[in-house]
Amino acid sequence: MKPETEAELAGMIASASWPICVRGGGTRGVNLDGDVLETGGLSGITLYEPGSLTLVAQAGTPLAEIEAALEAEGQRLAFEPMDHRGLMGTTGAPTIGGVVAANVSGPRRVAVGACRDFMLGVRYVDGTGTVVKNGGRVMKNVTGYDLVKLMSGSWGTLGVLSEVSLKVLPKPETSACILITGLSDAEAVRAMAKALGSPFEVSGAAHLPEGPEGQAVTMLRVEGFAGSVAYRADQLAGLFGDLDVRVEDDPASVAESWVSVRDVAGFHGTDGDVWRVSCTPSEAADLGAKMNADALVYDWGGGLIWARVPEGTDLRARLGIFDGHATLVRGTGQPKFQPEPPAIAALSRGLRQKFDPRGILNAGLMG
Amino acid sequence: MQMPQPNASVLSRKAQIVARLREVIPQDAVISDEMETRAYECDALTAYKCPPLAVVLPSSTEEVAAVLKVCHQMGVPVVPRGSGTSLAGGALPTADCVLLGVARMNDLIETDYDNRFIRVQTGRTNLSVTGAVEADGFFYAPDPSSQLACAIAGNIAMNSGGAHCLKYGVTTNNLLGVTMVQMDGTIMEIGGAHLDAGGYDLLGLICGSEGQLGVVTEATLRILPKPEGARPVLMGFDSNEVAGACVADIIKAGVLPVAIEFMDRPCIEATEAFAKAGYPMCEALLIVEVEGSPAEIDEQLALILEIARRHNPVELREAKDADEAGRIWLGRKSAFGAMGQINDYMCLDGTIPVSELPYVLRRIGEMSKEYGLDVANVFHAGDGNMHPLILFDANKEGDLELCEALGADILRLCVEVGGCLTGEHGVGIEKRDLMVDQFAPDDLEAQMAVKDVFDPAWLLNPAKVFPLAASESRRSMALAAE
Ligand SMILES: Cc1cc2nc3c(=O)[nH]c(=O)nc-3n(C[C@H](O)[C@H](O)[C@H](O)COP(=O)(O)OP(=O)(O)OC[C@H]3O[C@@H](n4cnc5c(N)ncnc54)[C@H](O)[C@@H]3O)c2cc1C
Repeated sequence: MKPETEAELAGMIASASWPICVRGGGTRGVNLDGDVLETGGLSGITLYEPGSLTLVAQAGTPLAEIEAALEAEGQRLAFEPMDHRGLMGTTGAPTIGGVVAANVSGPRRVAVGACRDFMLGVRYVDGTGTVVKNGGRVMKNVTGYDLVKLMSGSWGTLGVLSEVSLKVLPKPETSACILITGLSDAEAVRAMAKALGSPFEVSGAAHLPEGPEGQAVTMLRVEGFAGSVAYRADQLAGLFGDLDVRVEDDPASVAESWVSVRDVAGFHGTDGDVWRVSCTPSEAADLGAKMNADALVYDWGGGLIWARVPEGTDLRARLGIFDGHATLVRGTGQPKFQPEPPAIAALSRGLRQKFDPRGILNAGLMG
Repeated sequence: MQMPQPNASVLSRKAQIVARLREVIPQDAVISDEMETRAYECDALTAYKCPPLAVVLPSSTEEVAAVLKVCHQMGVPVVPRGSGTSLAGGALPTADCVLLGVARMNDLIETDYDNRFIRVQTGRTNLSVTGAVEADGFFYAPDPSSQLACAIAGNIAMNSGGAHCLKYGVTTNNLLGVTMVQMDGTIMEIGGAHLDAGGYDLLGLICGSEGQLGVVTEATLRILPKPEGARPVLMGFDSNEVAGACVADIIKAGVLPVAIEFMDRPCIEATEAFAKAGYPMCEALLIVEVEGSPAEIDEQLALILEIARRHNPVELREAKDADEAGRIWLGRKSAFGAMGQINDYMCLDGTIPVSELPYVLRRIGEMSKEYGLDVANVFHAGDGNMHPLILFDANKEGDLELCEALGADILRLCVEVGGCLTGEHGVGIEKRDLMVDQFAPDDLEAQMAVKDVFDPAWLLNPAKVFPLAASESRRSMALAAE
């Protein structure tokens, strides 16, 4: 199925008699039983007003098209959505609907918020074939319940997005990266906390226990106008004067290194399962140690841990109870999402039941 | 404005209900005397008043759960209340409700600078959250003008914003987790100190749900390191159009000020008369504030001033020191007070696409003439969140109704140009019946379905947000079941 209009999409869902697997670009590794419904026919930017920092696009619009349009105006999606293709070994073109449905956010999330924080509005078709809109195209909106947030990150299980509306931000003039070499995971987490707790507006804080040259590297990014970037990079480097610190100020190379953090490039072309753990940053090093992983990457100042482990590993069992949750991003041996406590699971089930009473949308994925 | 008929069965059982409440929480936390319940008869939308059946002031999550269990069992509606500063009537009681105030729940539970969060009971005021971390160089970003009084509870329920949300976002962007009690008394933790909660974004759903999904008793809030400094500039223009274009150009140039505030002539005149901030008399005035180190501020302001100059400002005023900065903000901060001095006023809160600013201001001017009521505009221009203030005389027969009709027309205009009814104050009772202008029946149905999941009996703040006609069948089902 490949609807060309929202009305067609609604018709297809209304008349579907069995499960539907919703697919944007197919790059994020969702393969479920059922008829594949491709969103690629719902494509195109419907509105872009750089002066209002707003972009509206049909859900199947390729992300590349959106990024190109923004680039032409010196703007960007500030939440820095990752490209899953390298990690998942998938091909295809990521769509904006897929980004939103999976609430995909990159390293800058720690400073500016997640995809859901930039979502202004949605149109979607629920599991009964009803078209619903929520939010809109303006930057502040508290009119009624915020179903925009609910739909973001619901992985197509509550409705199929037909249109999304986003807040975009100016691209900064330049960027720099402070690189600290040789820290242990625990030292790195403390260093990142110090940087993120400083007034120097760090827009990325990651730690690679095995950096490109084999040594541990801790990375702190600053972005903005040239004078400001130089000043903040200098101040930050000063905070860590007693360590092995270097400032990278070539914007191209800064950009490249953060793309590789964003896409977890170190795990590309490897075997094994990949987990993504959201946790309290200061607990990151302990949790990382408990994982007994083949490789780790810390992002968000430690609030996000990527772990590569042998296929079939029950990472949740290794972690035990902690403040946060673990998602199986690559691999199939365990449930993808962390099981929820009973009271919350009941709400999730209830929502699922209301939005998709027949349970046909991406059946088995959530709720 | 209509409120549903109070439930006669609940009214007749007042004595039993109060007695049951006194069994589960301390005596002094239950107020049933009619003289005393009057203190809770309204919020900041004072045109509407109704004392509740009883008031409870629990001190802990467990006490909240105990109260809700009783009310759930006895079929009694509950209206949660923070500090009662809602401008939308969100905390307006009904005669048959138990008003649940969280004012006694104002503990600071934990501050954690390594993980940059603070955990508080939700009765704590917004300003005292920042107050608790300020000395250590941190702050809590959402700063509604009511921050001295309003509680985190109300901020979460209304998803409140503030002057600095262009850069830092509104409440929902700064909320990491909550403890919430469902109407049946179930206590749950949603989110926490970690950045992204798992599963569906229930936190996002609860924030802005106006006390209809659960009672939020504790909150984990993101705190941020304070910037090194901040500095405003003031610019005056001889037309709204030009000021609007200047805002768009600043944003397009890649500067992201923390605030861009806009005042039109009626507002400038009123605040000048009141606060004497020395504002230029012109058609439109912008206050733009940027943050950072002194050198960073200079860098951004140079760019902003260059853009402003291209628009032939009638006035450009930089703040050389804290004193001058204070004077630039003085008028803006006294705007509401100034209006209150000259008249009764109603404060609207629609949002529009920034590009529609000049058109909308012109139309508001025309409508103001048609209705014969003055309207002054002061608002957050960077994000299009307008605050038209309609001036009226509450003692004059029919003036309130006229003012409400003009308000409704202005909000419809906001929707017409692609905006919405409310940017930060919430729907409450005030905009409840206008929801049909923004949403189709299916859109409202999807939202009400969410309430069905969280509060199947529709007992929590039931007569708000949704047009009474739209929620009628659900509310009456609840009555029948009881
Ligand atoms: C002078 C003035 C200036 C203002 N400026 C701004 C501004 O700049 N920005 C802005 O956004 N707002 C502003 N407001 C509006 C108001 O202050 C906010 O909506 C505020 O968040 C309300 O907080 P409160 O604690 O007073 O809530 P209340 O008025 O007590 O209640 C508001 C809503 O929250 C619900 N609620 C309360 N407690 C709970 C709880 N524990 N659990 C669940 N639901 C609960 C209530 O049922 C109600 O629906 C202003 C108001 C005034 C009077």
